[in-house]
Amino acid sequence: MTLEKLIFYVLAAVIIAAASMVVTRRNPVHSALFLILAFVACSGVWMLAEAEFLAIVLVLVYVGAVMVLFLFVLMMLDIDIAVLRAGFIKMLPLGVIMAIAMAAELILIVGPGNFGLEQYAAPVRHAADYSNTEEIGSVLYTVYMYPFEIAAVILLVAIIAAIGLTMRKRPDTKYLDPANQVLVKRDDRVRMVSMDAEKG
Amino acid sequence: MIALSDYLILGAILFAISIAGIFINRKNVIVLLMCVELMLLAVNINFVAFSHFLGDSAGQVFVFFILTVAAAEAAIGLAILVVLFRSKQSINVEDMDALKG
Repeated sequence: MTLEKLIFYVLAAVIIAAASMVVTRRNPVHSALFLILAFVACSGVWMLAEAEFLAIVLVLVYVGAVMVLFLFVLMMLDIDIAVLRAGFIKMLPLGVIMAIAMAAELILIVGPGNFGLEQYAAPVRHAADYSNTEEIGSVLYTVYMYPFEIAAVILLVAIIAAIGLTMRKRPDTKYLDPANQVLVKRDDRVRMVSMDAEKG
Repeated sequence: MIALSDYLILGAILFAISIAGIFINRKNVIVLLMCVELMLLAVNINFVAFSHFLGDSAGQVFVFFILTVAAAEAAIGLAILVVLFRSKQSINVEDMDALKG
């Protein structure tokens, strides 16, 4: 067994173990942390498949942004875990049977018989100065320019939707209206009083 | 050498685990969202593996788009979750019965 294969199997075992922990942990915060572990191990697998750019993006975008957002929301909400866990044991056998049946069916199709090394030979490794980022960029900014811009619009829509959904008016909060503030005249605030000097 | 089937089997097992997660955590919306993220990860593994073995970078471009859409989906999903928690004080799926479905 080559070192490359050993690394792949270790990473695959970490991904599967972390994914099992995500779906079975009692505390959702632990689930989120195991999901981060699964993402990091998966970025290692993508490195082995020579997708270096996506491996870095997975860590930056998923671990750095999406999972931090998940953890923020998890810790802001006061969740009653006991109620949410009711029925966990009842559904467990059905879930496991479903998972095993589905995995068995998929593995029968995508297993070594149809997608092994005989059918798809391992590609030749690129040279050390090969840039995966450059290759993706040269395709992304030419052939996929239009979808790329649509993706940017989707992100903009997500920003506006997330802010629009969570913003609310609080009647009990005291704040100043800047529009009224800048309209204030001198006469509204200052009152000139003329009075005689007092005799000491 | 690592075969294409190794990557595909990893993706299949990951997808099956997240299906099981949706079954057994069907009351907890936030864990359901995490299971959806795991499913997208399983699909992305397949895309990256095929892109590597077929020598076509289109697969990696599609993973890029899936990551974009998944980030948008997580942001909006969590915003909806926060609004839901404010109005119901709970994230239990069974409390969401306003539509009488």
